[in-house]
Amino acid sequence: MSVTDIQLQQDTAGHDDHHDDHEHAQSFVTKYIFSTDHKTIAKQFLITGIFWALLGGILSVIFRLQLGFPEMQLEWLRPFLGQWITPEGQLDQEFYLALVTMHGTIMVFFVLTAGLSGTFSNFLIPLQCGARDMASGFMNMLSYWFFFLSSVVMFVSMFIETGPASGGWTIYPPLSALPQAMSGSGLGMTLWLVSMALFIVSTLLGGINYITTVINLRTEGMSFSRLPLTIWAFFITAVLGLLSFPVLFSAALLLIFDRSLGTSFYLSDIYIAGEALPHLGGSPILFQHLFWFLGHPEVYIVILPALGITSEIISTNSRKPIFGYKAMIGSMLGIGFLSFIVWAHHMFITGMNPFLGSIFTILTLIIAVPSAIKAFNYITTLWKGNIIFTPAMLFSIGLVSFFISGGVTGLFLGNSVLDINLHDTYFVVAHFHLVMGSAAFFGMLAGVYHWFPKMFGRMMNDKLGKLHFWLSFVGIYMVFFPMHYIGIAGFPRRYYAFTSFDTFSGFADLNALVSIAAILTLGAQFIFLFNFFYSIFRGKLAPANPWKSNTLEWTTPRFPEHGNWPGAIPKVYRWAYDYSKPGAKDDFIPQTVPYSHTPESNLDHENEEAKNEDLTGVEKSE
Amino acid sequence: MTGEVVLKKGIRAMHPQKFGLWLFLISVVMIFISLSSAYVVKKSVGDWVYIDFPQMFNITSVIIILSSISMHYAYLSAKRNNIKSIRIGLAITGVLAVLFVIGQLQAWGELVESGFHFVGNPASSFVYVFSGLHIAHLFGALVFLGVVLTNSFQYKVHSKSMLRIEMCTTFWHFLGGLWLYLYLFLVLNN
Ligand code: HEM
Ligand SMILES: [Cu+2]
Repeated sequence: MSVTDIQLQQDTAGHDDHHDDHEHAQSFVTKYIFSTDHKTIAKQFLITGIFWALLGGILSVIFRLQLGFPEMQLEWLRPFLGQWITPEGQLDQEFYLALVTMHGTIMVFFVLTAGLSGTFSNFLIPLQCGARDMASGFMNMLSYWFFFLSSVVMFVSMFIETGPASGGWTIYPPLSALPQAMSGSGLGMTLWLVSMALFIVSTLLGGINYITTVINLRTEGMSFSRLPLTIWAFFITAVLGLLSFPVLFSAALLLIFDRSLGTSFYLSDIYIAGEALPHLGGSPILFQHLFWFLGHPEVYIVILPALGITSEIISTNSRKPIFGYKAMIGSMLGIGFLSFIVWAHHMFITGMNPFLGSIFTILTLIIAVPSAIKAFNYITTLWKGNIIFTPAMLFSIGLVSFFISGGVTGLFLGNSVLDINLHDTYFVVAHFHLVMGSAAFFGMLAGVYHWFPKMFGRMMNDKLGKLHFWLSFVGIYMVFFPMHYIGIAGFPRRYYAFTSFDTFSGFADLNALVSIAAILTLGAQFIFLFNFFYSIFRGKLAPANPWKSNTLEWTTPRFPEHGNWPGAIPKVYRWAYDYSKPGAKDDFIPQTVPYSHTPESNLDHENEEAKNEDLTGVEKSE
Repeated sequence: MTGEVVLKKGIRAMHPQKFGLWLFLISVVMIFISLSSAYVVKKSVGDWVYIDFPQMFNITSVIIILSSISMHYAYLSAKRNNIKSIRIGLAITGVLAVLFVIGQLQAWGELVESGFHFVGNPASSFVYVFSGLHIAHLFGALVFLGVVLTNSFQYKVHSKSMLRIEMCTTFWHFLGGLWLYLYLFLVLNN
């Protein structure tokens, strides 16, 4: 071991001076395209994520038109959708399925996994841990380009003649395994699997890097108990991804064999048009087990980074320490652990043993406890704070609201008995769009508003940001709240139309309302798009620390070069949440300020620590 | 926050690349754990056939153990700056690995002869999936081995520069252990 230590010291020493003088020799290609700088890679993930979010949003509005206004003439969409508009000017029925499938896939994987984790883990892990870059810049670059390739494949699949995959984002066999089952199970499904395989590689490359960086490359003084909660969240997220995405790989691999080589892992006793297929001995339920073993952790992979971002923003803008720092970490670890043992709550009606169902019910309900702790801690952090309503803060508070109202319905669904009624209805759709979709989306937006000044050196427009918030917040509740009623009334999800059921005719108005709200909410996102792209070029130049925040990223220059800090990496002397500390001069004390410089606000044990501080390289401020 | 250890620069337990390798191995483990549990779940559903495992699998198991020994020999030689025996050890490991792969393909041939095809009952399909995925990973390790072997000819592998060979050895032992686990698992759950 000692040998590698020597080598490591050589490596890091070489690394440090390498960065001080090497900036000028970069071409456009290495700087903006095949960049190994974590900040550029983060922006690449963000822009790609925004592209996908817009596309995913547009797809959803198209199928909402169908659901809200089944009789509507859609002839005007023919220039975009071509043959997917029937001669009568209606949406093609199989294409409807393709739309919901692509919407789900895009949002869950490309926007809320790659777009969210990819952007903020990349951007913040080195900046907030105090590192020059990721452990391996090259692997990091590969991670983005695998994601890009996977995006291209998925995008192309939408333009082939037989259409993209159509079996739902969960691609259950046998539907997805048999190309003859429907046109969307043909080439489109193959491309879906190829794209996901690339996506998994990208996630693993990214995740390995995130974990390694957090463990190995923290600056001096940055112990785990001083890490900002953002980093804790990204770290746990990466661990979940590392453990669960390989399982999706296994599931997909066996599906590929079934589809292309004729094996029978998921198939048995199937008759098509009276003909028996040769597949024997497999089990489609097996796929569901494998899929949801990934799928449930995946939903937390989506929400945890958003929760981490929120912790940081709420604490900063309440000007108060985060309530229950250790409880926050503990509950994230608890959620992470529990998320691996609840997967079967997605399978209550697959004919599982009712006793097993009760076990999964109990485990599922237990996961509500750490979730509730987190919600409680956000509220108590806000309680009596000097709240500053920046757009980022508003979106964070919005996230907490969605997380609670969507989490409550999880408790209904988690009861195997109630789930018999609710499974695969719009109630489930409402549940996960609030708790996962909207909450994580708001987390992502909050992060963009909050760290935009660090990303681009400029500020976004505050008024437009607030307008964007209010329209989105109200719009989202108008879209998803009514869905609970529609779901309890028994509407199954993924149905093309409900017009032939008399029982449902009373809900036509509600469905129309939902669709109108969805269109308005999508429209509101264009305010954001304008604000985002306009501010990149024309926004006000950002001050060094616009939100008066404690974390390390705000000690970098306005436009940080590759290597982040021009001089030595700052040392860390305290946790990230010394806001409004009694006795202190300002209402925030950055992590780089030693205790020995703040005798007026130190607690007893901090005075003790002040005696042992190593102050080399720190000059006393003012 | 009380009582934390201030990290001193340079004193870290593990090189980041090595750490990354371990994380990679964890994700490989997850692939095989998930497939093993898929195997168990599938078996419990019923409609199962029993496999006669080819004799060849015993031979290849011995080969892969031998290759681990020669790999370790190369590693120890590097520690002792015994440049020549590093090369010999690595070369033997490579040859044994190729023999192992040939043996596995031979074993597939034997399976087919006794009527256990890849396409058919999942019980036999799984055998191919397990051993095939293992071979796929072994190819990765072979490339890595090639890199270290080349390095050793450039005098870049010695007691002050152990990182590569250490990582390669770790990966190699891992794959050896993985095959033994898979084989044992298949035999015990037959
Ligand atoms: C209080 C904690 C939660 C509980 C008890 C819970 C419970 C459930 C249950 C039982 C289902 C299956 C419903 C069905 O298909 O019949 C479900 C679906 C779902 N949940 Fe949750 N959930 C919780 C929190 C979350 C969170 C935090 C997320 C994401 C961030 C999430 C995302 C989802 C998704 C995406 C689905 C639907 C998947 C699909 O079928 O397409 N849930 N939830
Ligand atoms: Cu779940």
